[in-house]
Amino acid sequence: MFLARVVGEVVATVKHAELAAQKLLLVRGVDPEGAATSRLAIALDTVDAGIGDHVLVADEGNSAAQVLHRGRGAVRTVIVGVVDEVTRV
Amino acid sequence: MHFARVVGTVVCTERVPSFRHQRLLLLQPTDTAGTAQGRTLVAVDLVSAAPGQHVFYVRGREAANALANPDNPADAAIVGIVDAVREQPVGGPA
Repeated sequence: MFLARVVGEVVATVKHAELAAQKLLLVRGVDPEGAATSRLAIALDTVDAGIGDHVLVADEGNSAAQVLHRGRGAVRTVIVGVVDEVTRV
Repeated sequence: MHFARVVGTVVCTERVPSFRHQRLLLLQPTDTAGTAQGRTLVAVDLVSAAPGQHVFYVRGREAANALANPDNPADAAIVGIVDAVREQPVGGPA
Protein backbone atom coordinates (compact mmCIF):
# COMPACT_ATOMS: atom_id res chain seq x y z
CA MET A 1 0.00 0.00 0.00
CA PHE A 2 1.14 3.57 -0.44
CA LEU A 3 0.21 7.00 0.77
CA ALA A 4 -1.33 9.33 -1.78
CA ARG A 5 -3.41 12.39 -2.26
CA VAL A 6 -6.52 12.46 -4.43
CA VAL A 7 -5.72 14.96 -7.17
CA GLY A 8 -8.53 14.45 -9.62
CA GLU A 9 -11.36 12.50 -11.13
CA VAL A 10 -11.28 10.39 -14.26
CA VAL A 11 -14.33 10.18 -16.49
CA ALA A 12 -14.63 7.27 -18.91
CA THR A 13 -17.78 6.16 -20.71
CA VAL A 14 -16.16 3.19 -22.41
CA LYS A 15 -14.58 0.97 -19.78
CA HIS A 16 -14.29 -2.63 -18.65
CA ALA A 17 -17.49 -4.09 -17.19
CA GLU A 18 -15.82 -4.50 -13.81
CA LEU A 19 -15.33 -0.73 -13.64
CA ALA A 20 -18.97 0.07 -14.35
CA ALA A 21 -20.62 2.36 -11.78
CA GLN A 22 -17.33 2.80 -9.93
CA LYS A 23 -15.80 6.15 -9.05
CA LEU A 24 -12.34 6.49 -10.58
CA LEU A 25 -10.02 8.89 -8.83
CA LEU A 26 -6.59 10.08 -9.80
CA VAL A 27 -4.11 9.61 -6.96
CA ARG A 28 -0.64 11.08 -6.68
CA GLY A 29 1.77 9.33 -4.32
CA VAL A 30 3.07 11.36 -1.41
CA ASP A 31 5.93 10.75 0.98
CA PRO A 32 5.23 10.47 4.74
CA GLU A 33 5.63 14.23 5.04
CA GLY A 34 2.99 14.82 2.39
CA ALA A 35 5.22 15.93 -0.50
CA ALA A 36 4.22 14.62 -3.94
CA THR A 37 6.21 11.79 -5.52
CA SER A 38 6.31 10.76 -9.18
CA ARG A 39 3.84 7.92 -8.56
CA LEU A 40 0.52 8.48 -10.32
CA ALA A 41 -2.34 6.01 -10.60
CA ILE A 42 -6.04 5.70 -11.29
CA ALA A 43 -7.77 4.03 -8.36
CA LEU A 44 -11.27 2.83 -7.53
CA ASP A 45 -12.72 4.66 -4.58
CA THR A 46 -14.22 2.43 -1.90
CA VAL A 47 -14.20 4.88 1.01
CA ASP A 48 -15.98 7.90 -0.48
CA ALA A 49 -12.78 9.92 -0.78
CA GLY A 50 -12.74 13.31 -2.46
CA ILE A 51 -10.28 15.62 -4.15
CA GLY A 52 -7.58 16.79 -1.75
CA ASP A 53 -7.99 13.84 0.62
CA HIS A 54 -4.91 12.08 1.95
CA VAL A 55 -5.53 8.40 1.30
CA LEU A 56 -4.15 4.89 1.60
CA VAL A 57 -4.03 3.03 -1.72
CA ALA A 58 -3.62 -0.71 -2.27
CA ASP A 59 -2.18 -1.78 -5.62
CA GLU A 60 -2.72 -5.52 -5.60
CA GLY A 61 -5.45 -7.69 -7.06
CA ASN A 62 -6.35 -9.65 -3.96
CA SER A 63 -6.68 -6.46 -1.94
CA ALA A 64 -9.09 -5.11 -4.53
CA ALA A 65 -11.10 -8.32 -4.53
CA GLN A 66 -11.42 -8.19 -0.75
CA VAL A 67 -12.72 -4.64 -0.53
CA LEU A 68 -14.99 -4.97 -3.55
CA HIS A 69 -16.43 -8.26 -2.22
CA ARG A 70 -15.90 -10.11 -5.47
CA GLY A 71 -13.52 -12.69 -6.89
CA ARG A 72 -10.16 -11.93 -8.43
CA GLY A 73 -10.72 -9.80 -11.48
CA ALA A 74 -9.42 -6.92 -13.53
CA VAL A 75 -9.14 -4.39 -10.70
CA ARG A 76 -5.98 -3.95 -8.65
CA THR A 77 -5.74 -0.31 -7.53
CA VAL A 78 -8.21 0.70 -4.81
CA ILE A 79 -8.38 3.42 -2.20
CA VAL A 80 -8.76 1.58 1.09
CA GLY A 81 -8.57 4.36 3.65
CA VAL A 82 -8.60 8.08 4.32
CA VAL A 83 -5.47 8.92 6.30
CA ASP A 84 -5.91 10.92 9.47
CA GLU A 85 -2.30 11.05 10.50
CA VAL A 86 1.14 9.64 9.69
CA THR A 87 3.79 9.74 12.37
CA ARG A 88 7.44 8.86 11.93
CA VAL A 89 9.05 7.43 15.03
CA MET B 1 -4.39 1.71 -13.55
CA HIS B 2 -2.36 4.16 -15.56
CA PHE B 3 -2.79 6.58 -18.42
CA ALA B 4 -1.39 5.96 -21.88
CA ARG B 5 -1.83 7.01 -25.45
CA VAL B 6 -2.37 4.48 -28.22
CA VAL B 7 0.60 4.97 -30.53
CA GLY B 8 0.40 1.92 -32.73
CA THR B 9 -0.89 -1.53 -33.48
CA VAL B 10 0.88 -4.85 -33.11
CA VAL B 11 0.10 -7.79 -35.37
CA CYS B 12 1.23 -11.32 -34.53
CA THR B 13 0.08 -14.00 -36.91
CA GLU B 14 1.75 -16.69 -34.86
CA ARG B 15 0.61 -16.34 -31.27
CA VAL B 16 -0.39 -18.35 -28.25
CA PRO B 17 -3.93 -19.76 -28.61
CA SER B 18 -5.26 -17.66 -25.74
CA PHE B 19 -4.37 -14.50 -27.70
CA ARG B 20 -6.42 -15.55 -30.70
CA HIS B 21 -8.99 -12.86 -31.54
CA GLN B 22 -7.29 -10.38 -29.21
CA ARG B 23 -6.21 -7.01 -30.52
CA LEU B 24 -2.77 -5.83 -29.45
CA LEU B 25 -1.95 -2.14 -29.30
CA LEU B 26 1.24 -0.25 -28.67
CA LEU B 27 0.91 2.14 -25.74
CA GLN B 28 2.98 5.09 -24.66
CA PRO B 29 2.40 5.72 -20.94
CA THR B 30 1.58 9.36 -20.23
CA ASP B 31 0.88 11.74 -17.41
CA THR B 32 -2.60 13.21 -16.97
CA ALA B 33 -1.94 15.87 -19.59
CA GLY B 34 -0.98 13.25 -22.16
CA THR B 35 2.78 13.91 -22.07
CA ALA B 36 4.84 10.78 -22.69
CA GLN B 37 6.41 9.13 -19.65
CA GLY B 38 8.68 6.08 -19.81
CA ARG B 39 8.85 3.13 -22.15
CA THR B 40 6.23 1.96 -24.61
CA LEU B 41 4.49 -1.35 -24.00
CA VAL B 42 2.11 -3.70 -25.75
CA ALA B 43 -1.34 -4.25 -24.26
CA VAL B 44 -4.43 -6.27 -25.11
CA ASP B 45 -7.22 -3.93 -26.20
CA LEU B 46 -10.56 -4.63 -24.49
CA VAL B 47 -12.34 -1.37 -25.30
CA SER B 48 -11.85 -1.00 -29.08
CA ALA B 49 -9.43 1.88 -28.63
CA ALA B 50 -8.12 3.72 -31.67
CA PRO B 51 -4.64 5.13 -32.37
CA GLY B 52 -4.23 8.54 -30.77
CA GLN B 53 -6.78 7.91 -28.03
CA HIS B 54 -6.02 8.57 -24.40
CA VAL B 55 -6.74 5.37 -22.49
CA PHE B 56 -6.03 3.70 -19.20
CA TYR B 57 -4.63 0.24 -18.68
CA VAL B 58 -4.08 -2.27 -15.93
CA ARG B 59 -0.85 -4.19 -15.44
CA GLY B 60 0.02 -7.54 -13.94
CA ARG B 61 -2.20 -10.53 -13.26
CA GLU B 62 -5.29 -8.30 -13.35
CA ALA B 63 -4.67 -7.69 -17.05
CA ALA B 64 -5.09 -11.41 -17.75
CA ASN B 65 -8.16 -11.48 -15.49
CA ALA B 66 -9.71 -8.70 -17.56
CA LEU B 67 -10.04 -11.01 -20.57
CA ALA B 68 -13.12 -13.22 -20.84
CA ASN B 69 -10.94 -16.29 -20.24
CA PRO B 70 -8.33 -15.43 -17.62
CA ASP B 71 -6.03 -18.27 -18.70
CA ASN B 72 -3.80 -16.13 -20.87
CA PRO B 73 -0.36 -14.54 -20.57
CA ALA B 74 -1.36 -10.86 -20.85
CA ASP B 75 0.50 -8.51 -18.50
CA ALA B 76 -1.16 -5.31 -19.70
CA ALA B 77 -4.72 -4.64 -20.84
CA ILE B 78 -6.52 -1.46 -21.90
CA VAL B 79 -9.64 -1.22 -19.74
CA GLY B 80 -10.98 2.27 -20.44
CA ILE B 81 -11.00 5.24 -22.78
CA VAL B 82 -10.49 8.56 -21.03
CA ASP B 83 -13.24 11.13 -21.64
CA ALA B 84 -11.97 13.73 -19.18
CA VAL B 85 -9.56 14.17 -16.30
CA ARG B 86 -10.27 16.82 -13.71
CA GLU B 87 -6.99 17.38 -11.98
CA GLN B 88 -6.11 19.53 -9.05
CA PRO B 89 -2.45 19.99 -8.16
CA VAL B 90 -1.14 18.65 -4.87
CA GLY B 91 0.06 21.22 -2.42
CA GLY B 92 2.39 20.66 0.49
CA PRO B 93 1.62 18.67 3.63
CA ALA B 94 -2.01 18.70 4.69
